[in-house]
Amino acid sequence: MLTLTLLVLLGSMALALLRAVKGPTVYDRILAANAFSTKTVLLITALGFLVGEAEYYVDIALMYTLVGFIATVAVLKVSEFGNLGQSGAVRSTPAERPNK
Amino acid sequence: MTPSNTRSVLLGTLLSALWLMLSGHWDVRLLLLGLLSVAVTVWMARRMGIDDAEGLPVQQLPRLIAYLPWLARAVVASNIDVARRIVTPSLPIEPVTVRVHADQKTAVGRVVYANSITLTPGTITLEVEENSIEVHALTGEGARDLCTNEMGRRVTACEAH
Amino acid sequence: MIDIMSIASGMFLLVGSVFTLIGSIGIVRMPDVFTRLHAAGITDTLGAAGVLLGLALKAGFSLLLVKLLLMLVFLLLLNPTACHALARAALHGLRRPWMD
Repeated sequence: MLTLTLLVLLGSMALALLRAVKGPTVYDRILAANAFSTKTVLLITALGFLVGEAEYYVDIALMYTLVGFIATVAVLKVSEFGNLGQSGAVRSTPAERPNK
Repeated sequence: MTPSNTRSVLLGTLLSALWLMLSGHWDVRLLLLGLLSVAVTVWMARRMGIDDAEGLPVQQLPRLIAYLPWLARAVVASNIDVARRIVTPSLPIEPVTVRVHADQKTAVGRVVYANSITLTPGTITLEVEENSIEVHALTGEGARDLCTNEMGRRVTACEAH
Repeated sequence: MIDIMSIASGMFLLVGSVFTLIGSIGIVRMPDVFTRLHAAGITDTLGAAGVLLGLALKAGFSLLLVKLLLMLVFLLLLNPTACHALARAALHGLRRPWMD
């Protein structure tokens, strides 16, 4: 069952890659990259159980979950604003905010 | 203790529990490193001003957990529906956008509602506004289900004190 | 007892694999980025939950189980957020969604 899951995950990743190649818009490609990273997380975890060292693999997968999310949001931010927030819209610091 | 300090202590406790769960080591030097990282995180959260009722919704937490089983059932049901539509060769979809009323008073409530909508396949939150949410639905049926506002009422019930 | 656990774990893995695959097929088949997001949602919810819960049943009571469940919680919290960010960016960057 575990082997079948791994094969299905690999097939699904191939389908996500197909969408990333075909596009047509940049958002389709970001969507494909996000779906790909979710499947990578599942693949790493399942692979850990297959080789019998799940304790180590699950840590890597946990990190990949968080990094994948941040990468998606960062790429979206760049595609929408053209930067990561360095110039222009500066957010208010706590000192400037009204006290609650 | 002021409410702000209580919240910081709670945040520190939660972070320490998380650190212990993720590390699984009980070596004194490593525990000290963990304590240091928890302290730095709490300090940064206070400096950024994000350790408020929005960042740590303590009061609503028990009710939100009670809401999860209903949400899980809704997610599974819509998953099966959307999956059936995808494998049908004629691809029976009719995408619509609708604006649903969101009567949650707190920002936490609105975020929970918007996230629940997105988590359910077949409906995606496009825009969150002051008292309404714009939703993209895969089918008119999904949009109608959302307009009955059952999910909205359940989320609103979570934030009541 | 052991048998029941491994059968249940296999069932969860099978359900997770099937929904992951269907979600990926949806990403390729759907006509525009918004409808593709619905398909990606299947992989992110029932697909990920099935695979991770199936693996959690294999893990037994240990730190590994806690990490697997934590990973599932992260995925279920972060993926809708990324999905909404993507939908919003696409709405601002593209023309209106595809209608039948």
